[in-house]
Amino acid sequence: MSQSVLYSKVKNWYLSNFEIFSKRLNGSKNFFNEIREKAVAKFTELDFPTRKNEEWKYTDITPILKYNFVPSALVSIPKLTLDEINKLLFKDFDFYLATIVNGVFVEELSNLENLPKGVIIGSLNKILKDRPELFDNYANDFLSIDNIFNALNNVYAYDGLVMIVEKNVIIDKPIQVLFINGNNESEVLSSPKNLIIAKENSQLSVIFNYRGFGDKKYFTNSTVNVSIDEGAILDYYKIQEENEDSYHIEKIDVIQSTKSVFNQFNINFGGELVRNDINTKLNGEYIETHFYGLYLVQGKQHVDNHTLIDHAKPNCLSNELYKGILDDNSHGVFNGKIFVRPGAQKTNAYQQNKAVLLSSGAKLDTKPQLEIFADDVKCTHGAAVGHLDESAEFYIRSRGVPEELAKSILIRAFANDVVEMMKIGELKEQINHKIFEHLHRIEFKNN
Amino acid sequence: MNELKENKRPLEEIAEDMKVLEDLTKAEYKWGFVTEIESEVAPKGLNEDIIRLISSKKGEPEWMTEWRLKAYRHWLTMEEPKWPNVSYPPIDFQDISYYSAPKKRSQKKSLDEVDPELLKTFEKLGIPLEEQKALAGVAVDAVFDSVSVATTFQKTLKEKGIIFCSISEAIREYPDLVKKYLGSVVPYTDNFYAALNSAVFSDGSFVYVPKGVRCPMELSTYFRINAKETGQFERTLIIADEGSYVSYLEGCTAPIRDNNQLHAAVVELIALDYAEIKYSTVQNWYPGDKEGKGGIYNFVTKRGACRGKHSKISWTQVETGSAITWKYPSCILQGDYSVGEFYSVAVTNNYQQADTGTKMIHLGKYTKSTVVSKGISAGKSKNSYRGLVKIGKNATGARNFTQCDSMLMGDKCSANTFPYIEVENDTAKVEHEATTSKVGEDQIFYLNQRGISTEDAINMIVNGFCKEVFKELPMEFAVEAQKLLAVSLEGSVG
Repeated sequence: MSQSVLYSKVKNWYLSNFEIFSKRLNGSKNFFNEIREKAVAKFTELDFPTRKNEEWKYTDITPILKYNFVPSALVSIPKLTLDEINKLLFKDFDFYLATIVNGVFVEELSNLENLPKGVIIGSLNKILKDRPELFDNYANDFLSIDNIFNALNNVYAYDGLVMIVEKNVIIDKPIQVLFINGNNESEVLSSPKNLIIAKENSQLSVIFNYRGFGDKKYFTNSTVNVSIDEGAILDYYKIQEENEDSYHIEKIDVIQSTKSVFNQFNINFGGELVRNDINTKLNGEYIETHFYGLYLVQGKQHVDNHTLIDHAKPNCLSNELYKGILDDNSHGVFNGKIFVRPGAQKTNAYQQNKAVLLSSGAKLDTKPQLEIFADDVKCTHGAAVGHLDESAEFYIRSRGVPEELAKSILIRAFANDVVEMMKIGELKEQINHKIFEHLHRIEFKNN
Repeated sequence: MNELKENKRPLEEIAEDMKVLEDLTKAEYKWGFVTEIESEVAPKGLNEDIIRLISSKKGEPEWMTEWRLKAYRHWLTMEEPKWPNVSYPPIDFQDISYYSAPKKRSQKKSLDEVDPELLKTFEKLGIPLEEQKALAGVAVDAVFDSVSVATTFQKTLKEKGIIFCSISEAIREYPDLVKKYLGSVVPYTDNFYAALNSAVFSDGSFVYVPKGVRCPMELSTYFRINAKETGQFERTLIIADEGSYVSYLEGCTAPIRDNNQLHAAVVELIALDYAEIKYSTVQNWYPGDKEGKGGIYNFVTKRGACRGKHSKISWTQVETGSAITWKYPSCILQGDYSVGEFYSVAVTNNYQQADTGTKMIHLGKYTKSTVVSKGISAGKSKNSYRGLVKIGKNATGARNFTQCDSMLMGDKCSANTFPYIEVENDTAKVEHEATTSKVGEDQIFYLNQRGISTEDAINMIVNGFCKEVFKELPMEFAVEAQKLLAVSLEGSVG
C-alpha cells in the first residue's frame, strides 16, 4: 500500500469512528464541544505528515498508521485496583494522586483529600460541566490547534485532568498524576486532554507519570495546556515509561507571564515511537524557563523531542539541557528551537544537547536552531554526540569493577546532570534506579 | 522580437527574417541567433534548441551536447526549491538569455571617467592603480600587460604538467578527464540550479594537477586568459591527482557589477589519495542599493569529494556581496582518513540575505572535519547558517567540530542557525557550538579610551571576531578581506 493511500485510509477510519462517538455525546454543549468542532474541521483539512515535512524530517509515523486504533471512548475502561496502581507510582514521599485511565479521570483510584483551599484538581469533563466560568479567561489560549495529532486529540478527548491553583496558593505536596494507557481487549487510542492553570504567585509541583497496561498495542495521543500567570512557579516532571511497543505523542503548550518560573523535566524510557512537542511562550518580562530532558532508549525505540522557546518579550532567561542515551538499534531525535522576537532585548538563552551512542546500530539526529531578531542578546547552543570515554572506563575497571557495571556507572554519571536538577530527593533516587533498570546491562536488584 | 532590437541590419532584411519566422510560428524558434559585430546573444528563453545552440557555438562534441540535454530534460521535471530562509520575487526562467559571447567592453580613456564612488572603494581596498584600471574597464597601459603575466604563469604550469584552462577548452582538449569527472560530484540530478547549470553552463575553469605535483602558485581566475568576464552559469572542475596540492582563488575583493541578476554556478573538486585542494573565495558582487533594489542572486552548488585516503579539501569563503547568497560548499569524505574543512565569514548589510553553511558527509573511516562559520548581520539583513554533519554507518572514528558564531549590529537584522547533525556510528565524536552576541559596549569603550574612533574600534572588534577564518586565506587575500569587511559594514553602526 502506498503511503498516501494508507494515510487517507487511516484518516477515514478516525473520521468514521467519530460519527459513532459523537452520537454518544448526547449533544451536551460546552467549551469542549466548541473545540471539538474546530478540531474535526482541522483534522479533515490536514494530512498526516511525511518525512518531507520539516517538522517530521527524522520521524516516520507510518508504523502508527498501520493499526486501526479504537478511540478509548468506544471501549470499556479496564478495571484496576489500588494495589495494582500502587506498583506503578513513585513512592516514599508525600503526594496527592490523580489517576487517568485511557484518558478518563478515575475518582476511586485518586487521592485528592485535604487539598489546600483554592486548589481545584479533578476531571476536566466534570469541572467543565459544573463550573464552565473557570475557563473564561483561558479559552483562547487553549483553543489553538496546529498539527494533525493535536487535532486528533481534540476530536476524541472527552476527559482528562484539570488543575487550577488560585492566587497566592502554595501546594504543600507534589501532585502525582498517573496516566495508565492500554487495554487487554483491543488496540486502543487514548486521548487525554489536560489543563494546568497556575494563577498569580501560586506554586505547585506536578509529576506526570505515564505507564502502560495490558499486552495489546496502544497509542497515547495527549495534549497539555499550561498557563503560568504572573509570579507563579511550576515544576513539571514528565516521566514516560509506557509499554515498549506502544506509541506516544504528546504536545505541551505553555504560556508564561511576567516573573513566572517554569521548570520542565522530560524523562523518556518507554514507547516504540515517541514524539514530544514542548513549546513555551515567554509572554512577559523577567521570566525564567528551564527545560531538562533525558531519554534512554534501546531495541528499536524511536524518541523524538521537539522543543520551542519563544522569547516574545525582553529580559528573560531560558536554559535547556537534553541528554540522550541510545543503545541497540534505537533512534533519537532532538530539535530545539530558540526564537528571539524583534524587541526581545536582554534575552539570555542557553541550550545544550548531548548524546551517547552505546551500540553500532544506534542513530541520532539533532537540529538545534537559533532564530534571532534582536541584537542585545546572549544566545548559545551546543550539541555533542559521542561514545563513552574509554580512559574513564579503564580507570573504573582498573579498580576491579566489571565492564558492564563500569559502563553503567559512566552512563548514570552522564545522566546525572539532568537528574541532579530535580527537586524531589526521592524521585531522583527512583529515576536513577530506572536508569540502571532500563540499561539492561547489569542485573537490577531493588533494594 | 525583443531579441532583435539591437540589430543593426537593414530593415528589409529583418522583414525577410520575420516572414520566415511566421512560417514557423508553431515550431520552436530554431535559429534564434543574432550575429552582430559587437556581440552574440541568444534569444531569451530556454528549450532544447537553445541548448544545442550553446553547445555548437562552443564547438562541443556530441557527448557533451547529449549530457546538457539530459540535464535540461531532468531540470524540466524539477521544482524550484523554496526551503531556504530567503525571500525574493519569482524568477522567470524564460526571460533570461542563456548565451552571450564575451563582448568588448566600452573602454574608458582614463580613470577620470570612472564612477568616483567606485574609485573610492578601490582606494579603501588598497588596489594598485593598474589593477583599478583593469577592473573599471579602462584601457590598460602598455607597461602593465596582464596577458604577458598570465603567459609566464601558463609556461611554469605547463612545465609541471598542470592543466589550467577554461572548461570549454578542456572539453575539446582533454575529453577523457572531463568525461570521467564532470558531474561525478554534483550530478545534474542534484538540485534545481545544478541541473540548470549543467544544461546551460557558459564557461568556467578546469584544473588538473598530475600525480605528486605541488602547484607552485595560487591559481586564480584573474590570471586565466580566456575568462575575462564572470560568467552567469560558471562551471569549475578541479582534479588533484594522487599526492598533489593546489590552491585555487576565486573572485576578487573589488566590487563587481554585473547585469546578470541570477548566478547559478557549480564547482566540483576531486581529491585523490593524499591530495589536497584549498579553495578560497572572496565574493563581493553588487548587493543592491540601500533600499534593497537590484543586486545579484548568487545560487551556487559547491562540492568537493575526498575520494582517496588521506586526502583533504578546504573551503574558505568571505561573502560580503550579492543581494541573496545561497550556497553550501560541502565535502564528501569518502577516503579513509580524509579531512574536510570549512571556514566562512558572511556579512550582510542593508537588505541583503544570506543562507549559507556547509555539509560534511563522513563516509570513510577516521575522517575528520572542521567547520568555523562567522556571520555578521547589520542593517535590515537576514543571515542564516545552515549546515549538515552526517556520520555514515561505516565512518568508524569520525570526528567533527563545528563552531558557528553570529554577531548582530542593530535590532532590525536577524541571525539564524539551522545545524543538522545526523550520527549513525557509535564511535564518532561530533561537537557543535554556536553563539550569538553583539559588539560589547565595554569593548568599544576600552578602545575609545585609547584614542581609537568608534568606527575603527568596531572594525577592530569585527576583524578579531573573524580572525580564525581570515588566517586560513592566502596572505594577500586576507589583507584585502579585512578592508573589505570595513567597507561592507560602513554606515551600519552609529
